[in-house]
Amino acid sequence: MVEMVSNPMANEPNPTDIQKTKLYEAWGLTEHEYDLIVDELGRLPNYTETGLFSAMWSEHCSYKKSKPVLRTFWSKNERVLQGPGEGAGILDIGDNQAVVFKAESHNHPSAVEPYEGAATGVGGILRDIFSMGAQPIAVLDSLQFGDVTSKQTQRLIDGVVAGIAGYGNAIGIPTVGGAMNFDATYQHNPLVNVMAVGLLNQDLLHVGKAEGAGNVVLYVGATTGRDGIQGATFASAEFDSSEDQNRSAVQVGDPFMEKLVMDATIKAIQQYGDVIVGVQDMGAAGLVSSTAEMADKAGMGMVLDLDQVPQREQNMTPYELMLSESQERMILVVKKGHEDAVKQIFTDADLNAVVIGEVTDDKKYQLTFDGATVADVPVDFLTSAPKVELPQTEPARLVTATTAQYQPEVNDANAVLKQLLAQPTIASKAALYRHFDCSVRADTVIKPGGDAAVVRVRGTKKALAMTTDINSRYTYLNPFIGGQWAILEAAQNIVATGAEPIGITDCLNFGNPDDPEIYYELAQSVAGINEVAQVINTPVISGNVSLYNETDGTAIYPTPMVGMVGLHMSTDDITTIQAKQAGDIVYLVGELKAQFNGSEIQHMQTGSVSGDLFPINVDHAQAVQAKVLEAAQSHYVRSMHDVAEGGLGVALAEILFGTPFGADVTVATDMVNIFAEAPSMIIVTVAPEQQAMFEALMGADATKLGEITEAPMLKIAAQNQKMNLSVSDAESVYKDSLWQQLQ
Amino acid sequence: MKSVVVRFPGSNCDEDMYYALQDLGLNPSFVSAQSDVSLDEFDAIFLPGGFSYGDYLRTGAIARFSPIMQAVQAAANDGKLVVGICNGFQILTESGLLPGQLMMNEVPGFICDETLLHIEQPESAFTNAYTTDEVLIPVAHADGRYYADAQTLADLEANGQIIFKYTSNLNGSEDMIAGITNKQGNVLGMMPHPERAVDPLIGNRDGQNFFKSILATFATQGVN
Amino acid sequence: MTMYLAKIKVTYKPSVLDPQGEVIKSALHRLDYETVNQVIQGKYFEVKLAADSIEAANGLVESMTEALLINQNTETYNYTVEEVEA
Repeated sequence: MVEMVSNPMANEPNPTDIQKTKLYEAWGLTEHEYDLIVDELGRLPNYTETGLFSAMWSEHCSYKKSKPVLRTFWSKNERVLQGPGEGAGILDIGDNQAVVFKAESHNHPSAVEPYEGAATGVGGILRDIFSMGAQPIAVLDSLQFGDVTSKQTQRLIDGVVAGIAGYGNAIGIPTVGGAMNFDATYQHNPLVNVMAVGLLNQDLLHVGKAEGAGNVVLYVGATTGRDGIQGATFASAEFDSSEDQNRSAVQVGDPFMEKLVMDATIKAIQQYGDVIVGVQDMGAAGLVSSTAEMADKAGMGMVLDLDQVPQREQNMTPYELMLSESQERMILVVKKGHEDAVKQIFTDADLNAVVIGEVTDDKKYQLTFDGATVADVPVDFLTSAPKVELPQTEPARLVTATTAQYQPEVNDANAVLKQLLAQPTIASKAALYRHFDCSVRADTVIKPGGDAAVVRVRGTKKALAMTTDINSRYTYLNPFIGGQWAILEAAQNIVATGAEPIGITDCLNFGNPDDPEIYYELAQSVAGINEVAQVINTPVISGNVSLYNETDGTAIYPTPMVGMVGLHMSTDDITTIQAKQAGDIVYLVGELKAQFNGSEIQHMQTGSVSGDLFPINVDHAQAVQAKVLEAAQSHYVRSMHDVAEGGLGVALAEILFGTPFGADVTVATDMVNIFAEAPSMIIVTVAPEQQAMFEALMGADATKLGEITEAPMLKIAAQNQKMNLSVSDAESVYKDSLWQQLQ
Repeated sequence: MKSVVVRFPGSNCDEDMYYALQDLGLNPSFVSAQSDVSLDEFDAIFLPGGFSYGDYLRTGAIARFSPIMQAVQAAANDGKLVVGICNGFQILTESGLLPGQLMMNEVPGFICDETLLHIEQPESAFTNAYTTDEVLIPVAHADGRYYADAQTLADLEANGQIIFKYTSNLNGSEDMIAGITNKQGNVLGMMPHPERAVDPLIGNRDGQNFFKSILATFATQGVN
Repeated sequence: MTMYLAKIKVTYKPSVLDPQGEVIKSALHRLDYETVNQVIQGKYFEVKLAADSIEAANGLVESMTEALLINQNTETYNYTVEEVEA
């Protein structure tokens, strides 16, 4: 028999050893940071304390490197009830209701173990939503993969899709949308960004604070094991493809447990909101991060008795207990004397609910274990990683690029359009989205396949539109304009459903920020997003940063994913992309500009993207969007569809798919331009009886192209060529291509 | 009439079912599967979709032993209407209230879609209000392949217990079976979700007549 | 009472389709393990239990397996029981 270890900490290196061997460097702390800790404490930190700092000062927890950029985000307007810095951001949607949303990346875990990485990504973002007291109502996934035909990519897609389905379907929150893109830049570093949206009664608005000395710290949910230890540090390091040792950092999710935790947490906040002073998910850096942040925000201290922590494994050390990233665990701070009532709600659901400590007024973060104090550090110091100001340099490829445009070859427009419809980024994802339960809760009005998903708010006339958008080929060619484009595109998608854009979240996926060129890309992308956010009045209320997305020194394209939410004041305004009736008039809103740099057709014909992007007139784009929204709310339109990858040609085909109709249109330009990609184009169909009112409203911003026809053919007449394509031929290419390439 | 939705730990279509019953006038309440109470006051009992007890071990295998199931069994014996949708169907087969078993889809993986069902028994307690042979109903499951041995299948057919069949076999079910009743015709299990198809705003109201059929059955038969 | 360890293997009955086994088989073929002829995916349980004798332990294992661990419509099982330290 194995001898019982009486003190599991006996084998830990002592403080002097840690200093001598520089163990802290392996945990991601620099020598400078270590020295700061020694100075502040006036002694050498022990093993547990060194672990606490390494986690709390990781980029993943502290944003120490990205903060100078993040701080510039515009995050206040008349709707904002909670901006960045909490579990999720909150916006007022009237009637004493609020929408709560956030996006988060789970890139590294998904690369290593796609099923569990994606599944726990869903679990984590949902906890951020319900920790605010909100009922989650929808999940969206923004997924970026490498070459679709490679076995490695197919294994990742299988795992990620199954993981999202396995978790999201089981917990019963519909997966309503998102995006799936493919580019070789993600071959070794796929991106899994998950956004969740919740609904909150404003009376229950809660933030993660630990106020009031003597208040108790309540641990609820799953037990703590050794899984995911140092996950935060793991997420803050680059991959080395020759090493497999990071595998131990991946956690396993249990959606059944999460469903119980979710329902009990919401119930507890509803019933005992007045005595629950703080709620926080144990996410990155688990117990230490959730408790230290709550103590710091309230300007308090905290003492935790680690012997009380429910444990799944034997002989766990304080270091392991504090840094474990076991899933489905929450921390509640409850007013002293009320803990039994709150505990009861969790124990009734067969969940652990244990008092593990209390709030103190000495601003110290103290841990006891087996009767001894094993850590004693100042809270504010632990939660304030030294800021790092990083240099920026414009990458050489951007300095030399010009807006001279790629000139595509279009000899046979039918063939080019079909070839574009077969591109994995454009082709239908329905065969994969079919694995996601998009209709549970019975509130999903627009399911995956529309411009944005729409979920009604039961009991009101309102609905919420939601989308995720990024085309990293644009941000690669011009990080600033690409950033502007991402948010404008998101807004177009929201407006195309008839909703008003009201706010955004983001996942900033970049390479190693210590590289000045990468830091430049980050800063420029954020500046682009930020400028447009202010013009279109969509504050940035939450988000996350995922850096070090590199493999063997090669970074991914800058990928600032934007998640946006819009509001329908009336479900009568909801508009879908499909053509509705023969004889309806087809309009193009926006300008058909011959821009091909970064386009799908450039990538398809040359295998890569190059050149600079044209500047965007953001004010004009906003003005046009506002008019389109007015047209939708005035019920002048029958259908609307945003023009995106593949240009007008692809978008015209898409409005006919799933309908018995065709279209007959004329463009006053060269045929090649129907494949151009420029922001701010929307196809609108209008009933003849609304034509005069629509045209009066839109003025020069809408161009009449033709009409919807009974004959199911897509006919496009350009100045130099004519296209005449069977819609069903085009549709079968669109429907089957991705599936065929995955076989 | 009074109806009740049984909430198992891990049920996730319980609220959808509740709202559908409410919207169509079936006067619903909730009851926890963990409670050992009588269901005597209810005329119809609904076991909703979801992942009861995580669907660990097998779908429905653990839920079958939850305390409420004795009362559900008693209600079925009394001739009351008992309806299991999706996970509820799986629980009814595991508990022996319905024959056969729901197994992993022929092509493994969750399917979320809408599918055409053919109504095999237009006069049943659950279909009498339909005026068409075919209805479009949402499906959302990974373990929906109906399996039973040849004798059981022959009996189901002979006794008119097969209520709904798929028009295209999306999950590999024997005889395209989507929904069956017990021999007495008062216990129904089906994989598709009529409760997700009652509101035109959500795009489909083919589920409405499922609930109207139950109301009509109650109106003609009265309380037991 | 003595402590026993039961190891229970559950598989589908021979005629019942095992979709996961089929998918794994074709994946192995794609990975060039062309000689793979059949894959059966099953479930494996280890149960520690106290009983008066090995016969009593066998009886408990059979009854619990048939009550909960398998669905007798489609599944079958075999098991071993050995004595272990408490």
